[in-house]
Formats: sequence, structure tokens, C-alpha cells
Amino acid sequence: MSQANLEIRRISGHAGPVPGAGLKRELEVAKLVDTTTCIGCKACEVACLEWNGLSFSDTTFQNSYQTMPDTSWNFWNLIKFNEYEPANGSLMLLMRKDQCMHCEEPGCLIACPADGAIVQYANGIVDFQQDQCIGCGYCLSGCPFNIPKFSPDSRKVFKCTLCSDRVSQGLEPACIKACPTGCLHFGTKDEMKELGESRAKQLRDVSGFAHAGVYDPSGVGGTHVLYVLHDATNPEAYGGLPRDPRVPWTVWLWKKPLKWLGNLAMVGGVAGLFIHYLRFGPKTVEEDKEIPRQGEQP
Amino acid sequence: MSEPVLLPNGRVLRYTFPERLMHWVAGVSYVYLLLTGLAFWSPWLFWIAVVLGGATISRELHPWVGVVFVLSMVWMYRVWAAQMHATERDKQWWHELGHYVRNEDEELPPEGRFNAGQKALFWGFFWCGILLLLSGLVLWEPHWIPWSWRALRLIAVIVHPIAALLTIALFMIHVYMGTAVERGAFGSIVRGDVSRRWAARYHRAWYEQIARDPAAKE
Repeated sequence: MSQANLEIRRISGHAGPVPGAGLKRELEVAKLVDTTTCIGCKACEVACLEWNGLSFSDTTFQNSYQTMPDTSWNFWNLIKFNEYEPANGSLMLLMRKDQCMHCEEPGCLIACPADGAIVQYANGIVDFQQDQCIGCGYCLSGCPFNIPKFSPDSRKVFKCTLCSDRVSQGLEPACIKACPTGCLHFGTKDEMKELGESRAKQLRDVSGFAHAGVYDPSGVGGTHVLYVLHDATNPEAYGGLPRDPRVPWTVWLWKKPLKWLGNLAMVGGVAGLFIHYLRFGPKTVEEDKEIPRQGEQP
Repeated sequence: MSEPVLLPNGRVLRYTFPERLMHWVAGVSYVYLLLTGLAFWSPWLFWIAVVLGGATISRELHPWVGVVFVLSMVWMYRVWAAQMHATERDKQWWHELGHYVRNEDEELPPEGRFNAGQKALFWGFFWCGILLLLSGLVLWEPHWIPWSWRALRLIAVIVHPIAALLTIALFMIHVYMGTAVERGAFGSIVRGDVSRRWAARYHRAWYEQIARDPAAKE
């Protein structure tokens, strides 16, 4: 029997306990993307398509090196190219590998109503199980990073798996393996955080990027993809990386207080009506009685 | 049809055939929407979608059945809206709601064809129906909404369940009153007729039109 389900920490739309909760020893993994040493070669894009066996799709030319405007259901890893003019008047070409961030608090999973369509493994990977996906698209609304993409043909949603199949076998994700500059790293979250911080310190102390830092947004509990940014105070410049991503508040309101209030109201309503019936019973019409005179006679 | 019609067997025609049909188009479609909606609402009720042919099918059909429901609501609006305006009597009826709750109907002001509670049900479903339609259109194919317009989706995910919960409250009271409490009401929406005494007890002012014009015919 496969033990994969014993490594699951969280399950979307699931009633009752999670099979692997706290059962197995597992390290949290993370991918570190050092945007300062990315050369935009797109080897990671190709490696992603190759390993995952995704069909090739048309590229879109937008006066930049970028392959297409956004990731899509069959293109999960996209380098976003952005021209940026810093305050010193120079020009930077920022390149950020965009993919699922594998949030600790995954908005997609929280929004998903389908049992088992999205799982979070103990190692932190958030993975879609398309055979359980019902195609409702709520994950699209739950994600603060615009990552899950709906396939009109299969009516399922797809995204980066962080190569959960490779990682479960002790391999690094395909994009990491393909990177020629070493700007992509894979390891435990602690290691990657440490490596990122040391690189950020180097950028601050040696390379003159005073605001260099690691992007590990706390609003979603941290992510299992970390970025080293030249300027961590301006993540938006890197192709719309949100400054403070959170599970959208309407999704939170819907899934937490409204759900409990609603359940309470529905159960209370049924109970209330039942008690009303016990107390007052039905309204009856005494058919054999005269209709009381009121107004004109029939 | 708002005039009471005395049938040859001495009973009163309460709902015409088109009214009964439109009520049941709305009722059957609403129950499907309710069951599939509850399946998506809570993991503990997800099994409902499995019973109804699988959650994927439920997700595909839910919006289309929603269209049927909205069309039935439009039909109802055309037929009933004119009879649903609140009157002075209705205000008093609300004031004396306690009598209705305690089954002391003889204490209530004489109501017309629809009492104030039925009117509230109608307008509650009407306005919630509009909210459910608008938010439902956004949720139908959410990938058509561009990322820059995602606020629409985020509004829809909260408006849809709130409006649905309000209709569930109305629905529960409606079904309870119509089947368990007000004996004869369920028969009237199935077969169409009620006894004269039933009409006189629950809709006195409406019944008295028969009294004034016993020859009234369909």
C-alpha cells in the first residue's frame, strides 16, 4: 500500500480527521529563487514542460523576452521580465520565475469545496488532485498569487506541483535541476531561508542593494517558494508579486464565521420549527362549523 | 388571477394551473439548487453531491438549474408581483404576528389573497434571487474574469452564500407552514382548490369577494 496519504497534512473540503496528521517525520521543503542571479534563460520553463509532459502551446510576443503574459493550465513555470528604473536613474531588467508559492496557509485549499481535490503534504507542498477536482474554480478566487489555472477542455484546474512526484522520491524539482546559473536551490525550508538571508546580506553589504531581502510573506503563513529580491521593499516591481498576500478576507469570512453562523442558523431553524410544532401544532379548519359572519353573507 | 372563483363542487379555486406549474418549476429547481449548494457549502454535506450523480455533474448543472429557477422567478414576478404590494392591513398583520405564530388566526386582521408573510416570502426570494443570479453569473465561469477584476469574484463568493442562507430561512418557514401547519395549503398548490371555510379562515378579505359575487366564474 502506498503511504503517500500518510504524509498529508491538510485536505480540501474534507470532513473528519486527516489520515496522516502528525504521523510521519517529515522535513518542510522549499525552493529558493535568487532573482539576482537569474539570467532569464528559461531552462526551468522547458524542464517543467518536459518533466510534467505538458503539451506545447503558442507563445505570445509582448515586446519582451517573456514567453506569455501569465502562467496557464499547461504552463506552470514562467519567468516574468520587467524593466525597472531604480531611483539612481539606471535601468534593471528584473526576472522572476513565477509559479505556485506553496503557501503555508493555502487560499486555494481553504476555498476548495471538493473533498481531496487539493492536499497539503507534511513537507509543505500544496498539490492539486485533478481526479477529485470538480471544476468550480473557487481556488482561482482563493489564491492571492493568480496561480491556479482552469483548463476549458478538461474543466479541471492545474498548477505547479513543486514536482511532488520527484520530491517524494528524493529528487529535486525539474526546474532546479535545469538551472544553469545556480539561482535555483532546493532543500529544507530552514536551509533555504538561511541561504537566502546570507545572499541578501551579501547583496546589501557588498553589492550595494541596500534593501535586498528574502520574500517569505507572513500573511499566508510563509511560503515554500522563497525569493531573494534586490529590493524586498518593492516586490510589485517583479511582475506583480504582492507586497502582503493574504487569503482574501471574503473567502475567510465565508469559510469561517459565515459557515458556522449559517450552520448554527440552519440547525437552529429546523429545531425551532420542530419545537413550534410540538408546542402549537397545526392550524386546522373546522369544516363542519358555520363560517363566522363577518362582512356580507355568501 | 386574483378573483376568487367558486367551483361547482362548492370549493374555491386558489391557484390556477399556470400558477401551480410555475410554483413547482421554481420549487423543484430550488430544491436541486439547495441540495447541490449545501454539498459545496460544507464538507459534511458533500455526500449529497455524490448521491446526485457526482460533484462534477452537480457543479456543471447547478448554474443551468439556476437559470431555470431565475426564469420561474421572472414568471412569478409577472403573475404575482401586482398582488404582492404591502397594504395597511399587512402592517397590522406583522404587528400581530404573535397570533399567527400561536395559531390564533381568528385574532388576525382579515387578509387578502396573500397574507403579509407570503408577501415577505415573495419579495425575499425576489431580491435574494437577484443577488444569487448576479453572483452566480460571476461564479459560473470564474476563469473568464480577468485577474485585475478579481474583486468581482471575491464579492461573489461571499454574496452567493449569504443570499442563499437567507432563502434557506425563507424556504424552511415556507415549507413548514405550507405542509405541516396550515393544513390544506399544500393541497391548494397541488390541486388548486381549498374549502370555503379554509379561505374564510386564512384569507378572509379574499374570501369575502366570493361572498359579494357568488356567481364569479373562472
